[in-house]
Amino acid sequence: MRRVRALVALLVLVGACAAAVAAVAGTSRSTGPTKLTVWVGWSARELGVFQKVVAEYDQAHPNVTVDVVGSINDDKIVAAIRAGTAPDVVSSFNSYNVGTYCSSGGWINLGPLMKQSGISASLFPAATQYYTQYDGTRCALPLLADDYGLYYNKTLFKSAGISGPPKTIAELTADAKKLTKFNPDGSIKVLGLDPFIGFYENVPERWVTAWGAKWLDGQNNSILSKQPGWSQWLKWQRSYIDWVGYDKLVKFQAGLGDEFSASNAFEVGKLAMNLDGEWRVAFIQAEHPKLDYGTAPMPTAKPSLYGSGYINGTIIGIPKNGKNQAEAWDLVKWLTTNTHALAELSNGLRNVPSTQASLTSKELTPDAHFATFLKIFGNPNSTTSPITAAGVSYTNLVQNFATKWQAGKVSSLSSGLSSLDKQLDAMVKQAKGGGVP
Amino acid sequence: MSAAEASVSAARPAVDRRRARRRSAWRRRRLVLLLLSPWLAGFAVFFGYPLVMSAYLSFNHYDLLSPPRWVGLANYRYMFTVDPQVWTAIKNTLWLIAVMVPLQVLFSFGIASMLARAKSGGGFFRTVFYLPALAPPVAATLAFVFILNPSTGPVNIILGHLGITGPLWFQDPAWSKPSLTILGLWGVGNTMIIFLAAVLDVPRHLYESAELDGAGPFQRLRWVTIPTISPVILFAVILGVIQGLQYFTQAYVAAGVASGQASQAADVTSGNLGYPLDSTLVYPVLLYQHGFTDFQMGYASAMAMLLLAVSFAVTLVIVLNSRKWVHQGGAAR
Repeated sequence: MRRVRALVALLVLVGACAAAVAAVAGTSRSTGPTKLTVWVGWSARELGVFQKVVAEYDQAHPNVTVDVVGSINDDKIVAAIRAGTAPDVVSSFNSYNVGTYCSSGGWINLGPLMKQSGISASLFPAATQYYTQYDGTRCALPLLADDYGLYYNKTLFKSAGISGPPKTIAELTADAKKLTKFNPDGSIKVLGLDPFIGFYENVPERWVTAWGAKWLDGQNNSILSKQPGWSQWLKWQRSYIDWVGYDKLVKFQAGLGDEFSASNAFEVGKLAMNLDGEWRVAFIQAEHPKLDYGTAPMPTAKPSLYGSGYINGTIIGIPKNGKNQAEAWDLVKWLTTNTHALAELSNGLRNVPSTQASLTSKELTPDAHFATFLKIFGNPNSTTSPITAAGVSYTNLVQNFATKWQAGKVSSLSSGLSSLDKQLDAMVKQAKGGGVP
Repeated sequence: MSAAEASVSAARPAVDRRRARRRSAWRRRRLVLLLLSPWLAGFAVFFGYPLVMSAYLSFNHYDLLSPPRWVGLANYRYMFTVDPQVWTAIKNTLWLIAVMVPLQVLFSFGIASMLARAKSGGGFFRTVFYLPALAPPVAATLAFVFILNPSTGPVNIILGHLGITGPLWFQDPAWSKPSLTILGLWGVGNTMIIFLAAVLDVPRHLYESAELDGAGPFQRLRWVTIPTISPVILFAVILGVIQGLQYFTQAYVAAGVASGQASQAADVTSGNLGYPLDSTLVYPVLLYQHGFTDFQMGYASAMAMLLLAVSFAVTLVIVLNSRKWVHQGGAAR
């Protein structure tokens, strides 16, 4: 019996030692040269910009070689983590699935590593702090950010006799109507503004910010029906659609070029104003450098909100089965907090640098169009969408409702929003594994 | 030698023969199993195991990254009582099965019948009607969305010249499924070839006898052709229904392209699956969305189990019902 007990004790001891070694090995540093693989979403020209900045890191760290792989999306990241073939560092173009990554442990908790390196989350603006964590676990850091504002065509503005960008929703509506031109057959020739949800960057979260509407209460329950901003935005959108004509808009939209091509409707002058992200500045520069346009914050329903906007952006993290987690953390830390690296990336990609310090970096190439987005990013009223266990399906369900509303398929807005609240809460509960409420 | 011993010694060769037969049968079975083993292994690994796992996962909360957690019937309860899109997806899928599948069978049978009667140029027309089946579904869908673009597509431009205002096709929830149906009819080449073989295989003497009895073209079709090729019709219907239940690529691509976000097909935030207004949101697309963009594989597995059960039930109903109208050899019933 004693022998058995001794054997059990020995096994427990060996097991404990093995676990401890494994835990340490997870973030231990390799002694020889290390090859890190980084997966990012960028491709083509943008991938080249990222590779150039990473090459600087390579040069400064002779023991590390970084291999960058582009055109990665969340599906590939999850599949690689599952298969045990994940790279050392992963990056996603948006934060919608942070809830899944953090709660599942698919991306490791960066909290202890940040603490160890003396990095505080306050380096980053509040919205980015929020969308890189879930339920207190910070498994990602922002790597540049995207925010959204108004692009307006100055030539069309001048010919319509409009002196500057609208600042209020009333001005936006009046300008959009003035800028809309119809063909003799009644079809749209030039559209002042396309409010359709689903068109280019138009999703509810990027519009409703202008009405200051919130998504969740203190208990993380959906409160869309209780926030007047939601119904005000939807009613405004419908009234403008009714003025233009739903079918006319559908037909006009069907003939527009793809968003990420040189045929983009704003770039070719078919759309006088458009909600878009800061990256459009670089696209216009590359595709239509002679376009006379301006950028401004989105007009708002409340004057106090003017200057703010919707923020989201690229996130970066370390997958749970990455082989060189210590070296990976060094690279993540450098990419997300080094002002020079962020400024270089921002200059090349025309994305917003994501730390407070880099926003005012002297290395940033001055650009009047882009400066608007730096200000929106720094505005304390700028917000983002909720990070929930349901991931992207949460905002997609709201989008689904908005598209039905804009098509006139929702008879009662208030009861529709109430029902949407219930569905959203049920969806989150289901995503957490709790089943039907 | 006693009588008992004599009977035992007489029975021994019979027992030995039975044993030898059994050994021989067992050897044959082993050989069959050996020859079947590559298929059996493939079936077990690529069908049996995923099926069992899918059934197991349907009772779990599983986000693909953390271990499955048992939740009992919660996924099924959510599917039947809360998910606002499941019934829409079921309705869209049923629409395609009820409208597209019969039309595809009729269309391919109609072309096959015409080709079987062609006096000249049969080979050319066979090729022409079969060619669309070779087009990859993604490319074919892209082409159709382009051709049927309400603003710039050639179809509406031609209709416009004729004084007809063309529909919004893939942009209109009332026209998106009919547009997919037109795409489906365009690509019926495979079924058409099977029908053509069946129609050409109908014995000539049956037509001659029917003609002698005074049967006209319609009666020959009704009482000779259809009964004779009824097993092929059954095959086409079952295949069509199963393909209809699994209909994915065309609906997925058409929604992405028609919504103007073709370049963002892989962008999970685009939220345009089912565009416009969920009218192309078929069941497999919703299943894909839950499994691979929402990472709720437990719930997606529950949806897959329902799809399996429905596929099985529908096929069973068709097969049982087919006894009334499918020609089982010999004279037509």
